[in-house]
Amino acid sequence: MRIRLEKRRELSRVMLALSPIGAVVMTMIVGAIIFAALGYDGPRAVMEIFFTPVLAPYKWPDVATKAAPLILIALGLTLGNQAKVWNIGAEGQYLLGALGGAGVAILTKDMHGPWILPLMIVAGVAAGALWAAPVAWLRNRYGVNEILSSLMLVYVALQLLNYLVTGPWKDPNGQNFPQTAPYTPDQKLPADLFGLPFPPGLYVAFALALAFWLVMARSEFGLGVRIVGEAPKAARYAGYRESDAVWSTMLISGAMAGLAGVLETTTQSGQLNLGFPSGYGFTAIIVSFLGRLHPLGIVLAGIVLAISYVGGQVAQTTVHVPSATAGLFQAMMLFFILASDVLVRRRLRIEWGSRTAAARA
Amino acid sequence: MGFSHGGGKGMSLDLIIAALLTVVNITTPILLAATGELVVEKSGVLNLGVEGMMLCGAIAGFAVAFSCSDPDVADTWLGLAGPWLGVVAAAAAGAASSLLFGFMALTLGANQVASGLALVIFGTGISSLIGTSFVGIAIQPFDSVFPESLAEHPIGRVLFGYSPIVYFAFFMVAAVGWFLNKTRAGLVLRAVGENDLSAHSIGYSVIGVRYMSVMFGGAMAGIAGAYFSMVITPLWAERMTAGRGWIALALVVFSGWRAGRLLGGAYFFGLFMTLELYAKASGFSFLPSQFWAAMPYLMAVIVLAVMSARNKGGSQSPACLGKPFIPDA
Repeated sequence: MRIRLEKRRELSRVMLALSPIGAVVMTMIVGAIIFAALGYDGPRAVMEIFFTPVLAPYKWPDVATKAAPLILIALGLTLGNQAKVWNIGAEGQYLLGALGGAGVAILTKDMHGPWILPLMIVAGVAAGALWAAPVAWLRNRYGVNEILSSLMLVYVALQLLNYLVTGPWKDPNGQNFPQTAPYTPDQKLPADLFGLPFPPGLYVAFALALAFWLVMARSEFGLGVRIVGEAPKAARYAGYRESDAVWSTMLISGAMAGLAGVLETTTQSGQLNLGFPSGYGFTAIIVSFLGRLHPLGIVLAGIVLAISYVGGQVAQTTVHVPSATAGLFQAMMLFFILASDVLVRRRLRIEWGSRTAAARA
Repeated sequence: MGFSHGGGKGMSLDLIIAALLTVVNITTPILLAATGELVVEKSGVLNLGVEGMMLCGAIAGFAVAFSCSDPDVADTWLGLAGPWLGVVAAAAAGAASSLLFGFMALTLGANQVASGLALVIFGTGISSLIGTSFVGIAIQPFDSVFPESLAEHPIGRVLFGYSPIVYFAFFMVAAVGWFLNKTRAGLVLRAVGENDLSAHSIGYSVIGVRYMSVMFGGAMAGIAGAYFSMVITPLWAERMTAGRGWIALALVVFSGWRAGRLLGGAYFFGLFMTLELYAKASGFSFLPSQFWAAMPYLMAVIVLAVMSARNKGGSQSPACLGKPFIPDA
């Protein structure tokens, strides 16, 4: 038996757009089978993970809360993914964003004014970009593989968070818990806007998705990034420098992850603690691919992944699947979207026995 | 954590020996995983999924070793062979998980970076899923198999005081170095990694060679994972490999894709990670412990920078590294 890939003559736009849906459906089917094989109620687990959060309106704020950081981080990562500059360390930049905000919060804890919150957000964005900067610099200056260096910095960021919240930034009145002092009202975003129970980060994410769409589709910069990724040689002739693409995509993705981090702490927990790292930075990579590297696709994909998080928690209590379940489904989604990406462009041909081989020869 | 085998009477020799044993303990898993990944990358494939494959190996090895220690079978041959079966199971689990990546990256020609990451997330998830029923159980560590008397003398301990996996790791790095450089099959593998089109046109199966390499890398990563769950801390904990798979990936770059340097590099990293453990407890404790915990990762970045600066232009890395090969595409 031989498996061969053949190029499709015509690239179907419809299939291209539908492939993520196929990936999600395949994930549901295979997931149900795996969980059934492991002795759980597989179909019910899939039901709880993918449908309960959609069908139960009281779960929507939960979904929105998780979708906001995923969309924000994934938007930033998408630029890099298009340029084939791989930022795998968004989780670290996300942590730094939260730390940047927390640092300003500690400095301004006895102050008042509407300027504090914007300052925190700026600090978070800057800290996220700053954490990505060495990755870009090392890649451009010394040719250091950005995949490895950005990932290593995640572990450094985790230790930095650990050090700060158990040490110098620990809440003096916090009964020795590893957390910063609670943010003051001047340091917090409202938990809802316009009377709807969705966090402000969600609206920011939607607005930025539109902005990214415009920039990526219409600007010279968006074009340059794509060309560097798809045809590095052509990019050089056309005057697009790879090093510029490395700098800009790294800094933007770091800034976006930082923004997600600082928004998360200023809306949700209202302080920074050891439990803050959530893996959003890694899951956002899946969001970026599931969204087909398109800002609007990313909004949808972010919501789907957020649903799987919330649904995973539901399934833990109702079907008693372990906490790792959501992660497993997310990994499957990434596998299936990558596979369907290929299969949209190529046809898989399976040849049995020697007759077809002879016919080909 | 059980890294230290110490417990001497405060003599400095004992301390040195304990430190040596710790270095070996810390280094062995990253050496194993990096040796596997070296072969994978030499064939032109970048599998970032090392961490995920290690976790698959860790849970498989633990589960099998634990099952064989069941009182019902402990006295039969199963009980005796338990740890060995555990290692075999770990290798099999690692190789099996690597096939997921292989199918994506080799058969379908999907993006290798993304496929590798998917494997990390998958390995983390599936190992936690299977591991839920093993949390909080300890097994007998898969320690030295030499007679006690050999390990009594301090030098004897340094030579014979390790798990068989340690000797296996030394053997494998030598074997891989010999295989890649001195055998015909190794030459073919390198050719596939350096120029896939030529290798294909001479009639070698590029995809076949790469599948074998990827599975070998998976098996080695699986055994590396088992070293965590069966030797260092003989129990199962979620994400217990704690990012060491990524260090192994950095190590391959550090080695300049050469087996000999891999051994040296692994022990260099191992020494640093041991320093971290000792520094926490000794005179360097004025620095926060988190600084020492972050040290190996910072070191990895610095070392990558130094090595990459010397290797600018990528002359050392296999030319086809990370590029999908699709014949007649």
